[in-house]
Amino acid sequence: MSTYFTEDHEWIAVDGDTGTVGITKYAAEQLGDVVFVEVPEAGTSFGKGDDMAVVESVKAASDVYAPVAGEVTEGNGDLADAPETVNEDPEGKGWFCKIKLSDKGDLDGLMDAAAYQTFCEGL
Amino acid sequence: MADQTTETLKRTPLYDLHVEHGGKMVPFAGYEMPVQFEGVKPEHLWTREQAGLFDVSHMGPCFLSLKDGVGEDGAHEKIAAQIEKLVPSAIASLKPGRSRLTVLLNDEGGILDDLIITRPEVPELQGMLYIVVNGAVKHQDWALFEDKLGAETVLTRADDRALLALQGPRAVEVLKDYFPGCEDMTFMQSNRMYWKDVRCGVQRCGYTGEDGFEILMFADAAVEFSKQLLADERVKPIGLGARDSLRLEAGLCLYGHDMDATRDPIEADLGWVIQKSRRERADFPGAERILKAYSEGPAEKRVGIQPLERAPAREGTEIHVNGERVGTVTSGGFGPSVDRPIAMGYVRADLTAPGTKIDLMVRGKARAAEVCALPFVQPNYKR
Repeated sequence: MSTYFTEDHEWIAVDGDTGTVGITKYAAEQLGDVVFVEVPEAGTSFGKGDDMAVVESVKAASDVYAPVAGEVTEGNGDLADAPETVNEDPEGKGWFCKIKLSDKGDLDGLMDAAAYQTFCEGL
Repeated sequence: MADQTTETLKRTPLYDLHVEHGGKMVPFAGYEMPVQFEGVKPEHLWTREQAGLFDVSHMGPCFLSLKDGVGEDGAHEKIAAQIEKLVPSAIASLKPGRSRLTVLLNDEGGILDDLIITRPEVPELQGMLYIVVNGAVKHQDWALFEDKLGAETVLTRADDRALLALQGPRAVEVLKDYFPGCEDMTFMQSNRMYWKDVRCGVQRCGYTGEDGFEILMFADAAVEFSKQLLADERVKPIGLGARDSLRLEAGLCLYGHDMDATRDPIEADLGWVIQKSRRERADFPGAERILKAYSEGPAEKRVGIQPLERAPAREGTEIHVNGERVGTVTSGGFGPSVDRPIAMGYVRADLTAPGTKIDLMVRGKARAAEVCALPFVQPNYKR
């Protein structure tokens, strides 16, 4: 399984043709306390870069973009009652949804963990 | 905020101190201001439990004085008669050292700003008023004072000063060591006081729903004073993010959002700023429209809104009933102290009763909510 990162601070952990998507620790820290998350329902399809989910802090609502094109196979229903999970474990239990990739070629432009860390250090 | 460049933004005297304390600086009302330090939620909760220090120097503190006769008999009545041309509150009847919240009106009775007007305590300053207007509209407010009142009055902007707010239940026990006697003041009382021989204006007020003070100080003293306050373990610096969530929980309006030039004070549910004597005289701008709304009720009114689901409804969210649009959210977010989403907005007059079921259209989905009484948290003012 490999994990990839976007410049918009999403991560996708790919296993076969399915990826688990969430927002990075960096993004969760920038947002502050998450109070609401709207995750996509199973069966929804997205193009790469489409608005896929919404994460709300006390201050504002932020869009989360699909890191790859594909169809959602599962949304993380636990976040509805426990949005703080996104702060507590953003790259684990705070995942947003699972996506069946339409084209694994979408992963080519994404960063690995080391490249993403360097990217964040430059912000 | 997108087009503001840092070159055109001003900095308050406390800018370096904000950066030193980890403030995340953003453009606001023409200034680089801290939106948060530690985080909106912890800062909000700290202010409700301890004492939070806010830099509100971007606001518009100023003095409006008679051209001639300050300190003479009847001077307060004369300056009050001037400002009463623009506001619907009774300023003449203010006692020395007392303040009043009021609104600046256009000729149609629309709200140009909300402001606090203070009558000085000391006899030699009668004939002067201390006024604090909102930062975002201060230049147009000041231009209006000059345009409408300039023949009889002199406007002095307090640009050489910083305006600080110390808010929270422990604010008074912290501040009494700096300004002995401030603990005896009551809500909306104001006094000239001295800290290390520097003249300061100390006022028991604020915009968080908590007890607290606002202090007008010369810039150099304000920096030193703030450093000392922040060294106190009861005090933390608080950013604009928490200022917004605190005032929303307290049910207080933000100008340009919860009221603007299209809304009159009755629609904005601020009818209480118009004292009976002014209603009877009907001598303020837009009196006809405002008094008609007062007696017959306005077409729409500002109300509290309690979302019944977890999704916050932000400013601009449409309010529907049975699929029909009946209003708009003007402020909305999450209230850290009440630990749930909260909002306020305008709804049709027949839907203003607390408990009225409404739908909030959040990203195309109808979310259940109901009209509720304001505020969301009970104020903790020292009366």
